[in-house]
Amino acid sequence: MANPDSRPDSDSGPGFRTLSGIPVDSVYGDGPLPGEFPYTRGVHAEMYRSRLWTMRMFAGFGTAGDTNARFHELLRAGGTGLSTAFDMPTLMGRDSDHSWALGEVGRAGVAVDTVEDMVDLFAGIDLGAVSTSMTINGPAPILLAMYVAVAEEAGVERARLSGTLQNDILKEYQAQKEYVFPPRPSVRLVTDVIRFTTAEMPRWNPVSISGYHIREAGSTAAHELAFTLANGFAYVEAAMAAGLAVDDFAPRLSFFFNSHNDFFEEVGKFRAARRIWATWMRDRYGATDERSLKLRFHTQTAGVSLTAQQPEVNIARVALQAMAGVMGGTQSLHTDSHDEALALPSEEAARIALRTQQVIAHETGVAHVADPLGGSHYVEWMTDEMERRATDVFVHLEDLGGGSILEGVYAGIESGWFAGEIADAAYRYEREVNAGERIVVGVNAFTEGNDAERAKLLRIGQDTEDLQLKRLAGVKQARDDRAVADSLRRIVADAGDPTTNLMPALMDSVRVRTTVGEIVEALEGVFGTYVEQAVI
Amino acid sequence: MAPVADRTVPELVAAARGGELRATARLLTFVERGGDLAEQVAEATHRHVGNAHVIGLTGPPGSGKSTLTAVWTIQLAEEGRRPAVLAVDPSSPLTGGAILGDRVRMAAATAAGVFIRSMATRGHAGGLALAVPGMVRVLDIAGFDPVIVETVGVGQVEVDVTAATDTAVVVVTPGMGDAVQANKAGLLEVADLFAVNKSDRPDAVDVRRDLELMLDLSKLTGHGRPDAVARPTIVSTVATTGRGVAELADAVDSHLAALLNAGLLEARREVRRRAEVRSHLEHLVLAASAAAVEAAFGAAADAAETADEPPGVTARRLAERLLTNPGS
Amino acid sequence: MADATPVRVVLAKLGLDGHDRGLKVVARMLRDGGMEVIYLGLRQTTSSIIDAVEQEDADVVGISMLNAGHLTLGPLMVDALADAGLDVPVVIGGIVPDEDLPTLAAAGVAGVLGPGSPAADVVACVRAAVAGRGR
Ligand SMILES: Nc1nc2c(ncn2[C@@H]2O[C@H](COP(=O)(O)OP(=O)(O)O)[C@@H](O)[C@H]2O)c(=O)[nH]1
Ligand SMILES: [Mg+2]
Repeated sequence: MANPDSRPDSDSGPGFRTLSGIPVDSVYGDGPLPGEFPYTRGVHAEMYRSRLWTMRMFAGFGTAGDTNARFHELLRAGGTGLSTAFDMPTLMGRDSDHSWALGEVGRAGVAVDTVEDMVDLFAGIDLGAVSTSMTINGPAPILLAMYVAVAEEAGVERARLSGTLQNDILKEYQAQKEYVFPPRPSVRLVTDVIRFTTAEMPRWNPVSISGYHIREAGSTAAHELAFTLANGFAYVEAAMAAGLAVDDFAPRLSFFFNSHNDFFEEVGKFRAARRIWATWMRDRYGATDERSLKLRFHTQTAGVSLTAQQPEVNIARVALQAMAGVMGGTQSLHTDSHDEALALPSEEAARIALRTQQVIAHETGVAHVADPLGGSHYVEWMTDEMERRATDVFVHLEDLGGGSILEGVYAGIESGWFAGEIADAAYRYEREVNAGERIVVGVNAFTEGNDAERAKLLRIGQDTEDLQLKRLAGVKQARDDRAVADSLRRIVADAGDPTTNLMPALMDSVRVRTTVGEIVEALEGVFGTYVEQAVI
Repeated sequence: MAPVADRTVPELVAAARGGELRATARLLTFVERGGDLAEQVAEATHRHVGNAHVIGLTGPPGSGKSTLTAVWTIQLAEEGRRPAVLAVDPSSPLTGGAILGDRVRMAAATAAGVFIRSMATRGHAGGLALAVPGMVRVLDIAGFDPVIVETVGVGQVEVDVTAATDTAVVVVTPGMGDAVQANKAGLLEVADLFAVNKSDRPDAVDVRRDLELMLDLSKLTGHGRPDAVARPTIVSTVATTGRGVAELADAVDSHLAALLNAGLLEARREVRRRAEVRSHLEHLVLAASAAAVEAAFGAAADAAETADEPPGVTARRLAERLLTNPGS
Repeated sequence: MADATPVRVVLAKLGLDGHDRGLKVVARMLRDGGMEVIYLGLRQTTSSIIDAVEQEDADVVGISMLNAGHLTLGPLMVDALADAGLDVPVVIGGIVPDEDLPTLAAAGVAGVLGPGSPAADVVACVRAAVAGRGR
């Protein structure tokens, strides 16, 4: 059987030839090539010839134990990357016994209350040998502290840990709304994590700057691009203001984009993203390390584009969106399952989604050539157009922020500008579909066959919640309450001093089994709680 | 207890005075809709009013009025008072619909027991000027004190509504030439107090200075509120952290005390009453004249009568007929 | 053009999930349908919704929720309103499989709107829910 992860080698296999045997070069055209500044055509010269994109799929539901079993399965199947989704209460920094958590514990991801859950989550896994991605934002520093604590309790030094923390709080105020504290103290937390990992965890990506959720909330492609890069610039400005040298941390910033239906618009978006980032990092922020200039990104197909009507049609949508991601030069890709418009994906649908990527990688030949669309009049124009539109947004934000993108982003959040732009675009789209000006197959056109039986839904029972509540009560029972109280006092003190990095206090606190919710509440006492800006 | 839908207006008024929120809410609905029931409510409430301190709060959209109101009313509730908020937002002139979003920022106030009612301007010009005083009266007889009326300070109606209170607070913020805008909108002339909100912003001092300047100027030119008790106080606030809100509350209370001391409160309320009579009169006359115009126009609608003359001449002939025998 | 008295809708998201794209789109559809939307936004509880319904004298409640929450949260809202003595219909929005519709109807939910429902359906559904109640 062929090893799916290694690339075919010209000597031993069919090599980089077309299906009918014509040999092809690794790149075509002239001008700045892939791997050359400003990286419009890709961050590596050889692109997928040297290394395919990572086919990353999400896992995480129920208790830490359930997810741990899935992790082991994944590792046995040859995977090396673990991707963790947390449940809503954890994402909001609340414990499973909080009144908000009712009915949501373990439902959309794994529930983590204390470091004990993290121990269970990674039981039997050598954290020095895997790479872990954690999708969490508001309470991200706490979860990172727990991860490090678990590793160190198992004898793995933090410097050996590799992985990615989403930790992108700005887009939460703009789009996904999973925030806890107001923007400024939240960005201070992001900066604390960047300072911490830069100094002590050289293999860790402290922020994954995410446009995915902005797009899902209804933005246009150009705004997804612009808002995401602006958020990236904002973190760079914040970290530099905290005293970090740009080339010390920028190589570890990564991005996460959406891939939607309009094929060329998406490809143009990805290409423009690389060009803008490289140019700004060099010219505005003075980065000189090549790795600081290269925008690396993960892509996920557009969940919102999936329809509940004729769900099988989603397989085609996902395939085309995935293709746009690959043509755009993504470093990793998640393909949605076709039944996701209905509920959590079934195992079969998840498999088809993964197979879709494998077909693109191994059957279509698109991975043979870097930036195969480069030089197309339309694609080059679209790339320029995306850049132009993004620049308009940067100019507006600099205006709002008196020359600073960071301040402009704060102002745009406070005034509801981002949310308003997104809501306007979402409503415009909905109206066009309603009016039949925009065709959505199976929804407002070609609806024959809509009555077919709907897919079966995966439902998660109540047991998870009960189990988790017992577990939490047990941990609280067994711990040293005085140590917990002391650690919280230190957190409050450190939070009050913006020059102190909170990470050490968080590390000490999670070790004595303080809960996520207790830490978040202590921090809320200092930072306050964010109330959404109601732009409707 | 019978459902509110099955009760008469006097029954509802009795219940509202006894503290039943649902009865209060239904009475507010009646007043807001206008017409017969609104008159019945007015009849049943006007003798009981006068206990609430009525506060107008206005300022540009996004200046932090709702955030400010939330913090302020929570503090009032903690002191054992029973504040109510009437939050007014514009209706869409096209569809008559509205999105009323003030409760989002006032969620904590709701949780603290503050009564909040959202209302839309509902298009019809002057309707607000009729409905708001009536609704304030309902809140008054229901035992709420103070009653804060939050409007977006953009149009004349909103300015009038703010002016028709015991204490008018105008919110301005740094950075966007708010003070100048407020001046243009005529807000400076109705303000008893200014809250410079978002004073966490570095340029907040500039707004204060602008305001002081404009107040100096208006004193020279003789503008400003004729029944003002003092030069308007300026309070700096940061609604998001609560800074300065207690001072604002004190300044508002002091303003009421000063009005009382100067014997101006009753005078103000009398002016307000007259203004309200005037609004009602205008409304009635406008409604009557609209009907008369409709009738006169309908009678003249056939082409034979109008084809040979310019439209203006036709209109004048119709108007003369209408005004000489208004009964027909 | 507007009715004499616009329908007043309390619109909220129950639960922790922060995806409010649908809720916002529906708010605009109802506004454009001539209704007054009292928007509560994210992370509401049955009791915060009841406070709003009571003070606003609302005609109908619209709630949206995360995947799979409808079977618990929908009936919870209906019961909570009934317990509070408020005769106000509930319309829910979200991903609701057909097989659950009878259960929800039996629990007293007045209408269900799936993702991507056209504006006309949204407005009609809310109107029908209001019409179904005597006032
Ligand atoms: N920085 C700052 N922001 C504030 C302050 N007060 C309100 N805001 C923000 O301004 C925005 C608008 O507030 P809101 O109360 O809805 O304004 P309204 O339209 O006047 O009612 C929100 O994002 C608030 O968080 C303040 O004192 N300082
Ligand atoms: Mg407001």
